[in-house]
Amino acid sequence: MNNKNTSRRDFLITTTNAFGIVGVACFAWPFIDQMNPAADMLALAKVDCDLSKITAGQSATLIWRGKPIFVRHRTAQEIEKANLVKLADLPDPEDDSSRAQRPEYLIVVGICTHLGCVPLGQNPNEPKGEYEGWFCPCHGSQYDTSGRIRKGPAPTNLPVPKYRYVSDTVVRIG
Amino acid sequence: MSGESAVDEHINIPHHSWSHTGPFDNFDKAALRRGFLIFQNVCSTCHGIQRLAYRNLADLGYSENKIKSIASEAKVLYNKNGGLELYERPALPSDKFTSPFPNEQAARDANGGSLPPDLSLIIKARPNGLDYVRALLLGYESTPMKFNLMSGLHYNTYFPGHQIAMPQPLYGDDVTFEDGTPSSIEQEAEDVVTFLAWAAMPEMEERKRIGVITMIFLVIFTLLLYATKRRIWKNVK
Amino acid sequence: MAANFSNSLVRWIDHRLPVFSYLRHAAYDYPTPKNLNYWWNFGSLAGISLAIMIVSGIALAMNYTPHVNHAFDSVERIMRDVNYGWLIRYIHMNGASFFFIVVYIHIFRGVYFGSYKSPRELLWILGVIILLLMMATAFMGYVLPWGQMSFWGATVITNLFSAVPLIGESLVTWLWGGFSIDNPTLNRFFVLHYLFPFIIVSIVLLHIVALHRFGSNNPLGIDIKYPNDTIPFHPYYTIKDAYGLGVFLILFAGVVFFAPNFFGEPDNYIPSNPLSTPLHIVPEWYFLPFYAILRSIPDKLGGVISMFGSIVVLLLLPWLDRSPVRSGHFRGVFKIFFGILLIDIVALGYLGGKPSRGMYVIFSRLATAYYFAYFLVILPVLSKFDSSRLLPKSISTPMPEVNGIE
Repeated sequence: MNNKNTSRRDFLITTTNAFGIVGVACFAWPFIDQMNPAADMLALAKVDCDLSKITAGQSATLIWRGKPIFVRHRTAQEIEKANLVKLADLPDPEDDSSRAQRPEYLIVVGICTHLGCVPLGQNPNEPKGEYEGWFCPCHGSQYDTSGRIRKGPAPTNLPVPKYRYVSDTVVRIG
Repeated sequence: MSGESAVDEHINIPHHSWSHTGPFDNFDKAALRRGFLIFQNVCSTCHGIQRLAYRNLADLGYSENKIKSIASEAKVLYNKNGGLELYERPALPSDKFTSPFPNEQAARDANGGSLPPDLSLIIKARPNGLDYVRALLLGYESTPMKFNLMSGLHYNTYFPGHQIAMPQPLYGDDVTFEDGTPSSIEQEAEDVVTFLAWAAMPEMEERKRIGVITMIFLVIFTLLLYATKRRIWKNVK
Repeated sequence: MAANFSNSLVRWIDHRLPVFSYLRHAAYDYPTPKNLNYWWNFGSLAGISLAIMIVSGIALAMNYTPHVNHAFDSVERIMRDVNYGWLIRYIHMNGASFFFIVVYIHIFRGVYFGSYKSPRELLWILGVIILLLMMATAFMGYVLPWGQMSFWGATVITNLFSAVPLIGESLVTWLWGGFSIDNPTLNRFFVLHYLFPFIIVSIVLLHIVALHRFGSNNPLGIDIKYPNDTIPFHPYYTIKDAYGLGVFLILFAGVVFFAPNFFGEPDNYIPSNPLSTPLHIVPEWYFLPFYAILRSIPDKLGGVISMFGSIVVLLLLPWLDRSPVRSGHFRGVFKIFFGILLIDIVALGYLGGKPSRGMYVIFSRLATAYYFAYFLVILPVLSKFDSSRLLPKSISTPMPEVNGIE
């Protein structure tokens, strides 16, 4: 076999092998992707919340991806309070402005970052804790009006879910 | 029904040429929207289409807001806090289409004992479904002289046994199409069947698209394999 | 045995667990007759079909609910909402048909070229057992979507067991786990449908062990005599099998993407209804010949015995055909009867899909009679007239008559 022939054969076999590998990879993808959330589940993965129904000082709880979401329409004092805190005093320093796209509405996942209980403070008759945010009855974690951890065993602030305003009064979580 | 003979009679279903059946054809979105309008205004009074969700209407080219408003016209029941009591709320895009009757018995009671089938899969669930459903919609005729029609049933040329419980649903001009297409009975039948075909196989466009790519890939790959095979076997005597 | 693998890790493992030696022996060095034609592609194709069915089946099982109230809905959810669910289901659904096409060709290749003959009797019997398990698996799989054909097919087929004398009724009740096809039936069919393919895999492995004991048969049906009668499996047959696989996949993809319901029954897109039987209950196409045999016998028990008998005769085939010549290529009269057998089975398949009355019944009986006559009468008689005198000396020995076999 001369050199020219050998290189042509190598090229042919390399190309064929490459096609085989690409083919197997493409074939594998649907079988992997079928384990991802399906379309019906994704359709439920976004929840719209009508903010116009929540008056200042009130809170609403909704369910999103199986988790409670706290939406609080904050009063001017509550916002001010959140802004006055020095970042150095916080266990998990975060600016209030980075936690609320519009300062009037704070949207957080209502699960205590300690061990997963749902903190109290949504209903007017529930304890809100020393910082007037939320209070976790399980191990006494206290959150402020920005949902930041101030006291107690929880390590981090209440997480802010991904959301965007689809209109002036409707926010879409997810 | 006259038993055996009704079953065995061979009925010639007229063939219609459809715009979406070729290997490269997609659904005509305007036809789907016209068909949906007919479904909503005519069929849905008795038939459900429960395997579709309102969000699926995005395939027809509707905007998110339009889908929301279509969905909100329907009411769904849900239970709060896992209790037994049911509450009503407007449907969301994530909800499935609501059916006209709460259960089979209610549907039968309202339709003289007959059950209007759910239409989600009707095109796949009948032999030659596209042509058959179209022919059925156009097949209402006056009862022939010698035919013994049972009361409450209607004569249809293409229904097996010719006696169908469904009264003639389309007459022409049943709806006004937004795009100005004249709503003749043939046009309505074709459009609603196209819509039902989409409802039965919403994956069709993606299937054909992936299919064409796959076929091109496989043909090239197989030719390469053949060339490689020839080369490797060249020296075997 | 510790072979000289260049990779030291492979060498280390192989010294302790000789899997690499085994693989090299079975799929690399394995000396294969050099004259195999394309009919020999169907063995490896069957293996690949089995793999495709298992992979797609596991993906489906992750999304399927084996409950009478949810089965149909969960299948429709797979078709509409699960990512690529429609593709996976259509692969699985049509994969069953293609698997049977491949296996039937594989079987008839064996029947024509005498691959069942000594010393390959056990290889053949293992193959028939695989066929039986495949049929059971396919039948139970067809029940899972819980459409009208699923339900009524299951009703008809399980009722076959009621023909068993004395215990028939109890047997059927036991199969059902109730007094009709119901949730317990669906649930156990799902479990067994998931289990059986893995039993098939283990029997396939035994099938391969038995194959490699004496090596592949070949179109001439004569034994390997000289080293140059064979070539190593790799790269010669790996590439030939890969090429065959390419052709197979083109056909398979054509159906999956452009005619996915070609082999299906429209009635199975209607949710099952125990109160309404479809006008014509037909099994999947791959069962039609057996269904025709079942219906051709006017007696219930007789029909069931004939149907199972049509497979049992395959088990006895190595002892029914005593001809010293393996390959049908050298058996002139045999070829004619074999050709008629092929037509006969296609005819049975056609008749199995027709209503059982009038001329259809008469033809079904004739076709059934020929099927059994072929195995029980024709083959034993033909064996007496064959002689091995005309056979070529070896695969490499040129013979004018064998030109064109490759």
